[in-house]
Amino acid sequence: MLRLYGQELGSRMLLGTARYPSPAILADAVRQAAAEVVTVSLRRETAGGRQGGAFFELIRELGVRVLPNTAGCHTVSEAVLTAKMAREVFGTNWIKLEVIGHHDTLQPDIFGLVEAARILADEGFEVFPYTTDDLVVAERLVEAGCKVLMPWCAPIGSAMGPQNIAALRTMRAHFPDVPLIVDAGIGRPSHATTVMELGYDAVLLNTAVACAGNPALMAAAFAKAIAAGHAAFEAGMLEPRDMAVPSTPVIGKAVFS
Amino acid sequence: MRLIVNGEEQDVAAATLSELLAQLEFEGDWLATAVNGELVHRTERANHRLNDRDRIEILSPMKGG
Repeated sequence: MLRLYGQELGSRMLLGTARYPSPAILADAVRQAAAEVVTVSLRRETAGGRQGGAFFELIRELGVRVLPNTAGCHTVSEAVLTAKMAREVFGTNWIKLEVIGHHDTLQPDIFGLVEAARILADEGFEVFPYTTDDLVVAERLVEAGCKVLMPWCAPIGSAMGPQNIAALRTMRAHFPDVPLIVDAGIGRPSHATTVMELGYDAVLLNTAVACAGNPALMAAAFAKAIAAGHAAFEAGMLEPRDMAVPSTPVIGKAVFS
Repeated sequence: MRLIVNGEEQDVAAATLSELLAQLEFEGDWLATAVNGELVHRTERANHRLNDRDRIEILSPMKGG
């Protein structure tokens, strides 16, 4: 069972809600994934509240927990205000904190991220920081009050998969008791399996599912891949070695010559 | 009074934030409002008086990743 800020969750797959071909396909993907947490955002409303209302109704009907984000925020003040507005709308202290530092890579501004995390944690928010795989930043975020960390494995939407396995492994080793969720950069189910085999607690996906040829089928594939990686980690895997080791017993082997 | 609502200048007669929402036909309990970079809770909108050149943000739920 995955526990995030005291909430127990059966699914280790968190799903974004953007870029699906239609609301119906989004809903189908969430069901196929058996996702219990979806990320959402806030944007300027242009249609008297009706657009947002229709989307909000769809999310309510799915019966899932909402993780609002501060996507697109480039400054601490923007992110903090967006988080407060998200709490007003969604009635949750959860916030996926993004403070973007670079336009091309969407790499987090880790300095602003730590500052915003501290402000929000002090105001009672339960912060899910979208961060890099840097260990020192992770320590600062934990000191700031974050009880979950969400390192990227590659740039958002890139589908490149884990780019720095060693850094992800190091982070896992240093924070055995902090839930670690890989956020951003996953492209295919085997990427998700890989990070789960490293002992990560969950994966947050969006583009890889939403932009697949068949999003609902891909959601189901990811759900299985994440479960498989988690089971493998729990089961304990062999370490690779250079030499062959016979799997069939040698003792009792017949001698024919 | 001239306000900047979601980045666009508008002439409005509303005196309070809740009157502004009504005038612009914004409805629903899923809206969040901020004035000049500060959150205004939904319970405070009726008492929040607007001033010329105030910057109003009206946000609502949207898809996100």
